[in-house]
Amino acid sequence: MLNYIWAFMMLIAFISSIFLGKTESVSDSVISGATSAVELLFSIIGIICFWSGMMEIADKSGITKGIAKVFSPVLTKLFKNVDKNSDAMRYISLNISANLMGLGNAATPLGLNAMKELKSINHNKNEATDDMVMFVVLNTASLQLIPTTLCAYRSKYGSYAPFEIIPCVWLTSVVALTVAVIVAKLFFLKKG
Amino acid sequence: MSLIVPLIVLVIVFTGIFRKIPVFEVFCQGALKGLNTILTITPTLIGLITSVTMLRESGALDFLTVIITPLAEQLGFPAEIVPVAILRPISGGGSTALLIDVFEHYGPDSFAGKIVSVMAGSTETTFYAVTLYFGSIGIKKIRHTLIAGLAADLTAVIFSVLTVRLFLI
Repeated sequence: MLNYIWAFMMLIAFISSIFLGKTESVSDSVISGATSAVELLFSIIGIICFWSGMMEIADKSGITKGIAKVFSPVLTKLFKNVDKNSDAMRYISLNISANLMGLGNAATPLGLNAMKELKSINHNKNEATDDMVMFVVLNTASLQLIPTTLCAYRSKYGSYAPFEIIPCVWLTSVVALTVAVIVAKLFFLKKG
Repeated sequence: MSLIVPLIVLVIVFTGIFRKIPVFEVFCQGALKGLNTILTITPTLIGLITSVTMLRESGALDFLTVIITPLAEQLGFPAEIVPVAILRPISGGGSTALLIDVFEHYGPDSFAGKIVSVMAGSTETTFYAVTLYFGSIGIKKIRHTLIAGLAADLTAVIFSVLTVRLFLI
């Protein structure tokens, strides 16, 4: 499916650029897009390495086990085939706590490790498991408790109450997350 | 608020010290793993970001905005939020630029400004998360991940309008 989506995006770009007279900017974007991907990667190397290092310390000193314990009652319900003492579960709970604290760049390497573990649980097969779908779906929703960057932008552009949107953000996040989990679960049932 | 991150760092490092762990060595080992992570996601990100940039530059999304705007207005959604809502699941940087655009033109405390704030705060870049996580372990059959993610995004758009209407005007 990923193959088709990717190909389809470029096909749409090609066709609409012809109809909308944007062929030149699309042609430029092939180069600028690849370049800006590398720029993005470069700009996150520092943060990703730093938090990976921090997490290694947290891991060795047992902090991560403690965090995993806190989340395990909820997470064992969402992830049916993951043992609660496994490495996969530990990475999942760490990823989620990093997301809650708004450390998106710390959450990414943890999430990638979680996916690797989930794949090995599934004997490295090439199809997504229910648990992988659930995990990625959780990461497509925002779990961040205090959207600090957003509030910083609001205050920079003259908001009188930059934080007043937070209760609405929470309510919206919870509803959106519930919908995501329900849709994911419904599909699991259909398959089973 | 600005104390949170340094505090987390301190707690992690000093828990390590108390447990007699060679913290700096362990940190460096972990950071090296981080570098490997970057290497694994490089091809995925270059592929994805290039195709998203092509799509954005092609005008296809503007075209979609023109089609959706009258529909959205009939449902009581302000037209200004439509471009942000469309770009949000596809491009994090792009939708932030549009968000700031709304802040500049209408102000962060305007109706539209509040709605786009809630929208940005309650969603993530769905395409990025899906491609990154599945791409990194080489899985192409992602089943219904995208549908569930986009359903959440649509819900978030609707609820950001509803909650702002209910609580913030």
